[in-house]
Amino acid sequence: MAQTAYFDLPDVGEGLTEAEIVSWKVAVGDTVSVNQIIVEIETAKSLVELPCPFAGTVVELLAPEGATVEVGKPIIGVSVEGFTAAMSAGHAPNANSSMHSAVAANANNAVVTEAIQTVADTASTATTEDKPQPNLVGYGAVGQAASRRRPGTSENSAANTISNAGAAASAVTAASTAAVAHAAPVAITTPATDLIATVPNEDTVLAKPPIRKLAKDLKVDITKVRATGLAGEVTREDVMAAATQASVFKNLSTPAPSSEREERIPVKGVRKAIANAMVTSAFTAPHVSIFVDVDATRTMEYVRRLKNSADFAGVKVTPLLIMAKAMIWAVRRNPMVNSSWTDTEIIVRNYVNFGIAAATPRGLIVPNIKDADQMSMLELAKAIEALALTAREGKTTPAEMQNGTITLTNIGVFGVDTGTPILNPGECGIVALGSIRPKPWVVDNEILVRQVTTIGATFDHRVVDGDVASRFVQDVASVIEEPALLLD
Amino acid sequence: MTASEKDIPMVQLLSPEGDFSVPSEYAGYAEFIKELREEDFLKFYRDMARIRRFDNEATALQRQGQMGLWVPAVGQEAAQIGSGHAVGPNDHIFPSYREHGVAITHGVDLMSIIKMFRGVNHGGWNPEETRFHLYAIVLGTQVLHATGYAMGLNFDGKVGTGNKDEDLAVITYFGDGSTAEGDVSEAFLFAATHKTPQVFFCQNNQWAISSQVESQTTVPLYLRGDGFGVPGIRVDGNDVLACYAVTKKHMDDARAGLGPSMIEAFTYRMGAHTTSDDPSKYRDETEYEMWKSRDPITRFEKFLRKQGIGDEFFAEVEAAGDQLATEIREATFALQEPSIESMFNHVYSEPHPLITEQLAWLKGYEASMGGHEGAPATEGDVNYGGAR
Repeated sequence: MAQTAYFDLPDVGEGLTEAEIVSWKVAVGDTVSVNQIIVEIETAKSLVELPCPFAGTVVELLAPEGATVEVGKPIIGVSVEGFTAAMSAGHAPNANSSMHSAVAANANNAVVTEAIQTVADTASTATTEDKPQPNLVGYGAVGQAASRRRPGTSENSAANTISNAGAAASAVTAASTAAVAHAAPVAITTPATDLIATVPNEDTVLAKPPIRKLAKDLKVDITKVRATGLAGEVTREDVMAAATQASVFKNLSTPAPSSEREERIPVKGVRKAIANAMVTSAFTAPHVSIFVDVDATRTMEYVRRLKNSADFAGVKVTPLLIMAKAMIWAVRRNPMVNSSWTDTEIIVRNYVNFGIAAATPRGLIVPNIKDADQMSMLELAKAIEALALTAREGKTTPAEMQNGTITLTNIGVFGVDTGTPILNPGECGIVALGSIRPKPWVVDNEILVRQVTTIGATFDHRVVDGDVASRFVQDVASVIEEPALLLD
Repeated sequence: MTASEKDIPMVQLLSPEGDFSVPSEYAGYAEFIKELREEDFLKFYRDMARIRRFDNEATALQRQGQMGLWVPAVGQEAAQIGSGHAVGPNDHIFPSYREHGVAITHGVDLMSIIKMFRGVNHGGWNPEETRFHLYAIVLGTQVLHATGYAMGLNFDGKVGTGNKDEDLAVITYFGDGSTAEGDVSEAFLFAATHKTPQVFFCQNNQWAISSQVESQTTVPLYLRGDGFGVPGIRVDGNDVLACYAVTKKHMDDARAGLGPSMIEAFTYRMGAHTTSDDPSKYRDETEYEMWKSRDPITRFEKFLRKQGIGDEFFAEVEAAGDQLATEIREATFALQEPSIESMFNHVYSEPHPLITEQLAWLKGYEASMGGHEGAPATEGDVNYGGAR
């Protein structure tokens, strides 16, 4: 019987905890042989090609290129004929399990009731699988073991199995919670009893030391982070998801002066892509930048009211949302800023794929929200939140970064007033939102303290002349000054 | 080969094209080749090809999470197989940790080596049976162990008796990097002053992890022992016949009581230092290409083909390699974690109260964590000897 065998990311160095998927050499449906190179990964030490331990047909790739995967998480599923127990039995003690199998449940026939039965079975299987791993010798007191492990892991895998039961399951592997499950919200839900049983403090939370440090550095309270790890531990992704973008990128501390006089950083990956895009943009499109100071007091009030409204409960509302809405409105009045230059023609786009520049651990990327002009305020708020989360986790796909029409870059979160942004290649307009803070402002010849910000914008002068550019920026500024204009 | 390399005398009997020729100054070494028969030549080739296939499989297994670490010896097969076969059956061998090729010439079970790098034993073969001592992970220490053992042979009167079947000698393997360790210099000093029956076999593979040999010595390594009183010679480490002949000669001399000597096998580490290393970060691709043209196995294949050995033999060797790889793979997957008793069993030869207490504590601890997954204690934990 064909079974799906999973290859867990091994520790290819000595004591590495994670690696980045650089490129897949195989695709779903490909036939692979033993020791065929299937993927190139980059660890803290080196670039390494991984040979496949099985022969069979690739049925799943569990991590996209660019993703950082923890050692021990499955990265590929291979359908193997005659999978022997011996193949799954031996696990290198260092790397814990590096492969395991799951019977390809006869999923096509599965009806809901059967699935529920499977859940019950799986839950018990998962519990046995989940039996505590031996700890480091001499670490942790006898008897404490049971309480250190948060309940809920078996529920996780059970819930996960529900979500997968219809789709030739990755079944028993609780690991797939993290890798496969975009159905994750189900899996992550913690039973209410859990909260009472374990009031977590820093010592009872399971997390590896580097993850604890990361949480500390990012000012994330690790006891409040939802743990999605295999053994109920907090993962890097969990901490990153809980961190705010600003905290991730603010300088955390001033490092000691480097002992080396110079440092050479190879230009590659995202950095290289950014550099190419910037050069292409700066040297093909003549840039023109303009700035305007604006009183954003009413926008801030509006944000506060939206936050308090029942409709927006649980949704993140920020000035960036109003800014996005303002730009979309201003595009309708000045469509040329939402166009593209091709040397033979100017393509005016009567839709808005709204780009938001996002600083991520991998560098700057600009994913966009497709057809943002068709969205209500609430839909747009949710879309922005999802975009930011995806970007921060490093999971943004190339498709999400293509076909943008105009871009907003929120440099205010870094505490600066304004800048001259460079156009995202292929677009004609980009707007920078500076920090919003109390400043003296003249109202009716009196100096008042108002929430003031600066809007900076850059345009492709081949397409957009000064008058259109100015009108567009003025339109955006007027909405920031009086958001009620959005009712227009 | 650089200009400076060309000026340094080096014993070479096989050209990279596989042509056998004996420069007059090395005629003494060639005598040992005349004693070899066709089956010996074929054995040299078989062993080199076998160990390379094993090495590649082990690297793959490490990449698949089956071992914590692997130390490839690719490129150094001629130095290891040639010298290993020149060591007498009762001589003692003190290796570093990259001597898989030497190991198979003395019947060490390859799975023992796999187990060691997987972390389920500490070597596990019996040095008294194989005469191949356990791998030394700490650089250069084995060179002192070897010298001490050789001094012991002197004290026991096992050297220079004139009875060739009774006399013994010691060979120790180390790398160019280890020559920078104080231990190696100390060993030279003791060896020379005690006139030990010993060969210092240095595989100069050009790289100590990422440090080039030029950064560690300004004098060719075979001259390193001179000041201590240990004469040296450089041999082409990618020429299996030269490695065999030179080692044979110097081991014979050592057994005969002529004192220690050093052999620098000039070779190349074609792979990474270990699986944790990435040589592309510090090494030039052109250097690799140059050494690839000197590949010891390719060179010996050319020689054998010129002697009339045909495709059939090489196909058979390749098939045997694939068979070995499959066996190693399956045996590795079938490995069990060792029992927790195994780490206490060999601390003292007799029961010891402290060890008993520690074992009891650990068992209790494991039980509290839901039990240890290892197999029960069996004799299989300690695998002596093995396939010869």
